[in-house]
Amino acid sequence: MKHVEQVKLLDRFSTSNKSLMGTLYLTATHLLFIDSSQRETWILHHHIAAVEKLPLTTSGCPLVIQCKNFRIVHFVVPRERDCHDIYNSLLQLSRTAKYEELYAFSYNPKQNESEQVKGWQLIDLAEEYKRMGVPNANWQLSDANRDYKICETYPRELYVPRTASKPIIVGSSKFRSKGRFPVLSYYHKNKEAAICRCSQPLSGFSARCLEDEHMLQAISKANPSNRYMYVMDTRPKLNAMANRAAGKGYENEDNYSNIRFQFVGIENIHVMRSSLQKLLEVSGTKGLSVNDFLSGLENSGWLRHIKAVLDAAVFLVKAIAVESASVLVHCSDGWDRTSQVCSLGALLLDSYYRTIKGFMVLIEKDWISFGHKFSDRCCQLDGDPKEISPVFTQFLESVWNLTEQFPQAFEYNEAFLLQIHEHVHSCQFGNFLGNCQKEREELKLREKTYSLWPFLLDERKKYQNPLYNADFSPELTLLEPNTVSFNFKFWRNMYHQFDRSMHPRQCVFNLIMNMSEQNKQLEEDIKELEAVITIMMGYIPSCLFEDRAKSRDQISASDFY
Amino acid sequence: MEFAELIKTPRADNVVLHRPFYLAVEGTLCLTGHHLIFSSRRQDNAEELWLLHSNIDSIEKRFVGSLGTIIIKCKDLRIIQLDIPGMEECLNIASSIEALSTLDSVTLMYPFFYRPMFEIVEDGWRCFLPNEEFELLSSVTDEWRLSCINKEFSVCPSYPPVVIVPKSIDDEALRKVAMFRHGSRFPVLSYYHKKNGMVMMRSSQPLTGTNGRRCKEDEKLINATLRPGKRGYIIDTRSLNVAQQARAKGGGFEQEVHYPQWRRIHKCIERFNILQESLIKLVEACNDQSHNMDRWLSKLEASNWLTHVKEILTAACLAAQCIDREGASVLVHGTEGTDSTLQVTSLAQIILDPRCRTIRGFESLVVREWLQAGHPFQQRCAQSAYSNSKQKWEAPVFLLFLDCVWQILRQFPCSFEFNEQFLIMLFEHAYASQFGTFLGNNENERSKLKLPQKTMSLWSWVNRSEELSKFQNPLFEANSLVIWPSVAPQSLQLWEGVFLRWNRPSKFLDEAHEEMINIIKYNKELQAKVNALRRQLAQLQTVDRMQENL
Repeated sequence: MKHVEQVKLLDRFSTSNKSLMGTLYLTATHLLFIDSSQRETWILHHHIAAVEKLPLTTSGCPLVIQCKNFRIVHFVVPRERDCHDIYNSLLQLSRTAKYEELYAFSYNPKQNESEQVKGWQLIDLAEEYKRMGVPNANWQLSDANRDYKICETYPRELYVPRTASKPIIVGSSKFRSKGRFPVLSYYHKNKEAAICRCSQPLSGFSARCLEDEHMLQAISKANPSNRYMYVMDTRPKLNAMANRAAGKGYENEDNYSNIRFQFVGIENIHVMRSSLQKLLEVSGTKGLSVNDFLSGLENSGWLRHIKAVLDAAVFLVKAIAVESASVLVHCSDGWDRTSQVCSLGALLLDSYYRTIKGFMVLIEKDWISFGHKFSDRCCQLDGDPKEISPVFTQFLESVWNLTEQFPQAFEYNEAFLLQIHEHVHSCQFGNFLGNCQKEREELKLREKTYSLWPFLLDERKKYQNPLYNADFSPELTLLEPNTVSFNFKFWRNMYHQFDRSMHPRQCVFNLIMNMSEQNKQLEEDIKELEAVITIMMGYIPSCLFEDRAKSRDQISASDFY
Repeated sequence: MEFAELIKTPRADNVVLHRPFYLAVEGTLCLTGHHLIFSSRRQDNAEELWLLHSNIDSIEKRFVGSLGTIIIKCKDLRIIQLDIPGMEECLNIASSIEALSTLDSVTLMYPFFYRPMFEIVEDGWRCFLPNEEFELLSSVTDEWRLSCINKEFSVCPSYPPVVIVPKSIDDEALRKVAMFRHGSRFPVLSYYHKKNGMVMMRSSQPLTGTNGRRCKEDEKLINATLRPGKRGYIIDTRSLNVAQQARAKGGGFEQEVHYPQWRRIHKCIERFNILQESLIKLVEACNDQSHNMDRWLSKLEASNWLTHVKEILTAACLAAQCIDREGASVLVHGTEGTDSTLQVTSLAQIILDPRCRTIRGFESLVVREWLQAGHPFQQRCAQSAYSNSKQKWEAPVFLLFLDCVWQILRQFPCSFEFNEQFLIMLFEHAYASQFGTFLGNNENERSKLKLPQKTMSLWSWVNRSEELSKFQNPLFEANSLVIWPSVAPQSLQLWEGVFLRWNRPSKFLDEAHEEMINIIKYNKELQAKVNALRRQLAQLQTVDRMQENL
């Protein structure tokens, strides 16, 4: 293990240039800094987004490391040679070329094989569709994609309307970008309405596809309570129109019977990437003024994007909850914005997804199984930087905003969201590796790596919201968030998670969490004490007890004098 | 004058009240000398709304046919709408409200008519007297004395009758110093830091003028607070530029040559109309629900409100730092020493002194550093965010102070005995109240108005256990340390409890808060029970052992 002594760790925001002296160690998986008071800072190589060597100063050679979990550390290494060595090693270690080199393949949490298998079985999506109430009279499991023949980026098991025959599915999939034809994402039992998802149609300027039209009609008809359905194109209209020139585009209302078409204007992955970049530039500025912060926040557009995502989800939920209409959601390829909107919509409609287990199911369903490209978006392997985008982070941030508005509606807390964010990038567990199910199967992740969820469940005490009220009120099954702009706040605990000086010095939430935990223990203690006392009362004659108690009081009183 | 003359239509029926997030209700509207009262007699949920006329900041009227609408904007930032059938009734009511909410004479205000319906346990007018404060001080140091030089308010009209000054400076010297300071506000003791004996003083600007006038007594007075060989800090709450410009008008700042033992630091805290405009813009931004994100953020930025919060907190932290970390004494002043000066001195005490974070201690701080120190409440709080008049004396100086306290409270939620509601209550009463506490601009005016005799003190009402329980912070655990807040923009937040209070439904947040309090209460109950059971068990075990020994 390589190590360098006398390294300084600078405080990112301190104006007085505070720093800690310590030793820097480089392990196969982590960069470790131990300061003089033996406090440890661990940085996973996979978390490193960028390493920068700044010009030499009198005190040494500065090395700035930016992490995907928004940690930024600023070291000063006394000798330039050492600094250069570390820099080069980190560059190599943080860029992985092959999946098999990722931490998950070497991570060994000391589970035996059956525990590993059980861990992967914890989330069962077939079970989840059953919970929603499918298959049923109108919806069925299709085996069309059983061998990934129709769509490589979809899971094997897909639910479609009963009336959608195989030729319709095949035809529709040929008319949709990347073969991602309309399938069921969420079924609302009471309203008999469905959230379906797909990619954009290859309509160009005038092309149409009868099978695809039939497919939408089948979805519409699978909902007995409403004649029409919504088609939500989550892109800005301009972007969708531009796609027509490339032979893609959006549904023409004239060709589809009984659809109501709606654009909702969420920007694409490139806009989101640069938005986050701008946000981080602003929030990372030392000695920032309020106005620079607010105008930087505005210029980054970040909160505008979060609001757009949540507004889209609210639109979807209204269609289902108020009009009992089914909704088909798509964007371009149907794996970024579509995942955001479908999963947030389901979260607002169904309180199950606001439980710890339910949230895991939601992520497995709408993100992992439906092929959100975690590997590309989170840059797990050294690849195209234009594919990186904080789409999943935005989803978590939207959920966080909801937890702020409805503090009692969620079983999980902020720490849970932050931990998931941490592991989406850590590549320590197999869940988020790869870009789609097919790829994951080929990598044999279930045999070679571990699932994150059982580990989170083991630590569930840390992630429980002490204010959670499961049967809070029936009206809370449906969340109707207020999306007026002032409700959206900068998520300090995400973007400054590691900048301790920025946070409240006393945390009410942790206190309440500990207290709530302590209350359970106290209840136990009381039961035990009462039991012991009852037993003892049983064999001490009560007259004796009173006499002796009196004399004991006297004794102790005289002792005192 | 009879109020009846102003009330042309004392009562109107079939009036409809609209409030955001509530269903409209129909009922009867009554006007009295001091209140607007709306009552609905609906069987299922009768409700009454009592609004002090003095709480009304502005009113607007509109007509559609013979249906009149009055929109009432209050100083506590709430907006309500009343639909009144009949053009004449509506016009009468509107003009009555206008007249009654803008009465000129202080003695016509409600506090002079209010008769309390509660038992007075402790007269608030007699709490927090300067002598008590001085007694506390005398127990730790004998370097200070109480001076009655201002007994008849003859030396400084905006100071209280008694002030605390260095023992070595006699009243004659004080008189000379008073001549050298703006509005005669000579340096007085604001805070004594027990930990190291350092002090914070406050005053107004020195009247150096363009030719650099000096006053030996002034130099001697402030030097008297320095330890031998130690330097002190003068925190001027104006930018250097503004301070230099003040010389042209006879004001100025302490020049290095005459105050060699003092280091002067300029901070830029805004005043008067700049703050008032900031408040108006902020409230405008908060009240418009239709703003898209960019517009909201740019409006929030343009209001500059949080910038003011940051500036004030930064200056207060600086003062506290000089005292606690540098071990130096501090003198704080701006121009008059009645606004930004008091924001800085009072916030520095919140940071430094755990006593100021208790309910009683905070009340004492408000009395000492705001009321007795001569912050002109009546001028500053005459109008709030909806004022149309362009008077130049209004400014949300006290509200900004409360906002800064709230920011610190948010960062140290366990270190304060009071909760957010306590701060909101003080904000409301500073602008409109049944109590006399915030009437007048200084002690001089209050004594002329005979407020202690003729009105009830806010503290008499607050300091009863029924009321106190609403304002207590269940998480409070006395923290004897100095608490340093973060002033990074990422750490500051819009005070939603005040600025978004009427703009969003708060049901879910309120219920969550209640649940939190329940958990804390339950925890205390359980702990008490466990302790009781443990004692009982210990007793039984003793008895048991004795029985065995028999």
